[in-house]
Amino acid sequence: MKLTFSIQGGDFTNAGHPSSEVKKVLKQLGIDGKTIKNIVIALYEAEVNVVAHAWRGTVTVEIDENKITMLLEDEGPGIPDIELAMQAGYSTASKKVREMGFGAGMGLPNMKKNTDELIIESEVDKGTKVKMINYF
Amino acid sequence: MEGNPKYHSLDPAKCIGCTHCMKACPTEAIRVVNGLAVIDDDRCVYCGQCHRVCPTHAFYVVQDDLAMIRSFKYRVILFPSIMIGQFPGKYSEDQIYDGLKKVGFTHIYEVEQPQQVLIDSINEVLKDQETPKPAISIYCPAIVRLIQGRYPSLTENLILRKAPHNLAAHFAIERLIMEGAKREEIGLFYATPCIAKIAAVKSPVGESESIADGIVNMNQLYNEVMKVISDKEVPDHSDQRRNLSSEGILWSLTRGESCHFGSRSIAIDGINNAVRFLERLENDQIENIDFVEMRACDQSCAGGILLTGNRFMTVERLERRAKRYPAAKNIPAETVRANTEELKKKLVLDPILPRPHFIFGKDRMKAMEKMSKAQRIVCFLPGIDCGACGAPNCHALAEDMVNNRAKMSDCIFLQQMWEGEGRITPDKAFLNVQKKWGTDRFKADCNKRGRRNEGF
Repeated sequence: MKLTFSIQGGDFTNAGHPSSEVKKVLKQLGIDGKTIKNIVIALYEAEVNVVAHAWRGTVTVEIDENKITMLLEDEGPGIPDIELAMQAGYSTASKKVREMGFGAGMGLPNMKKNTDELIIESEVDKGTKVKMINYF
Repeated sequence: MEGNPKYHSLDPAKCIGCTHCMKACPTEAIRVVNGLAVIDDDRCVYCGQCHRVCPTHAFYVVQDDLAMIRSFKYRVILFPSIMIGQFPGKYSEDQIYDGLKKVGFTHIYEVEQPQQVLIDSINEVLKDQETPKPAISIYCPAIVRLIQGRYPSLTENLILRKAPHNLAAHFAIERLIMEGAKREEIGLFYATPCIAKIAAVKSPVGESESIADGIVNMNQLYNEVMKVISDKEVPDHSDQRRNLSSEGILWSLTRGESCHFGSRSIAIDGINNAVRFLERLENDQIENIDFVEMRACDQSCAGGILLTGNRFMTVERLERRAKRYPAAKNIPAETVRANTEELKKKLVLDPILPRPHFIFGKDRMKAMEKMSKAQRIVCFLPGIDCGACGAPNCHALAEDMVNNRAKMSDCIFLQQMWEGEGRITPDKAFLNVQKKWGTDRFKADCNKRGRRNEGF
């Protein structure tokens, strides 16, 4: 089962739409509440990253019998040093984004914590691809 | 799954099979079949939205016969303070109490009397590190059912302490027994502001049995009292209210609970507001909140569907009233109850378990197949959520179809298309619509809704 969404950079008002929709589906499938929570947190963090840093992006979610695969692809500045970005508290978010209550540098660490597999590929000035897999 | 009992229903003679209730239901529990609304009791959370929006007042709330109170020697009416708030300002509290006596009750208890005991007890739960934060109040039973069904993972955040009506019931029994009454001589009747409270009293969640012997709908009780109420001087009944505190009076209003708990608390009223908040809470997007008060009705219980007065006037009267009463902590414990410790034990609820009712069956593969199918079906539906199929929106219709509760031809748009393509005959199409909406739907009728300028 496949779900696709698009995300607009800078649109914090609508951030969280894909994760809410995915949650609805997982609930209807009878997935365990704790697992759903992890997935939703990871996906929401990833969405907010696209909104906060990139210009635009897409979310593709595939749900199989025993796992969910979430792929977020964005057009944006990319991440020059992924290892550094993975450190808790490290952030390149603008002052404006921080004032909105985002950009605490916990996005990537939080994603890692809540997902079973996390793969990040990035090219500076082109964009970032994030793939997350959670098993049910 | 054990089905919910029926606490409200609708009068087929009054229901005109429109779509108002179906569209307003926050759990998509209503469908229109054969020109009549049908409630799925498993999904219903008793919020009463359908009652509110029904243009013909076809919904009614089941209740016990008021005459049954006569079979008890001691006839106790338990009612939330909100009851007082709806009476016109010219009637004093004593006149209202006197009216209740004339209706036939021997003892009158406003349920929010031993409030300090409850406040202390909830504070203990909040201090406990084990309780997930934010802790959610169980005060509004519609919210509890909403969480069990739609946000099952949040059931562990519910505060397992009983609502004031339970506390008051224990309290009333205790007091009467101290006065020499036998338990079987005491009849406890609860005056309810809404359907959800009826359900909470009759088939409580987290309790083994119901404490009240009967239910009186507040609108009926209001009418009964108004029939006999006197505007002359009446006996003083203030001893029946000697444990009532200003906190107790305000408890059922918005912020009535949240203002007492946690360093950061939130109060939400209105079921749709609650839904939006719970979505965020479930996504872990609410940070650092200790306590959440949530009520299904706008203006909390003052907006209950069984209240007669205007909700804002009711709030205003109660706020004025509360100023005349002492703070709960200033009411000496011994007048509240000799044995507070035992009362505290009785306050604890059993765990409240999830009751998810939005699952496509237990087999995940089959569920996924059904969901994919529903998604494909949605591609063909018009997406305007007109409700003419008898389901609240196109997505709900698609779900009904994969669950074998609806057919493609229920959609009047698809039907129109198929007629155009010659795939079904106009007669068959007409019959399909009649099946959903009844045979009288197409007859000219000058009493039809809209005919008497019922717009704005």
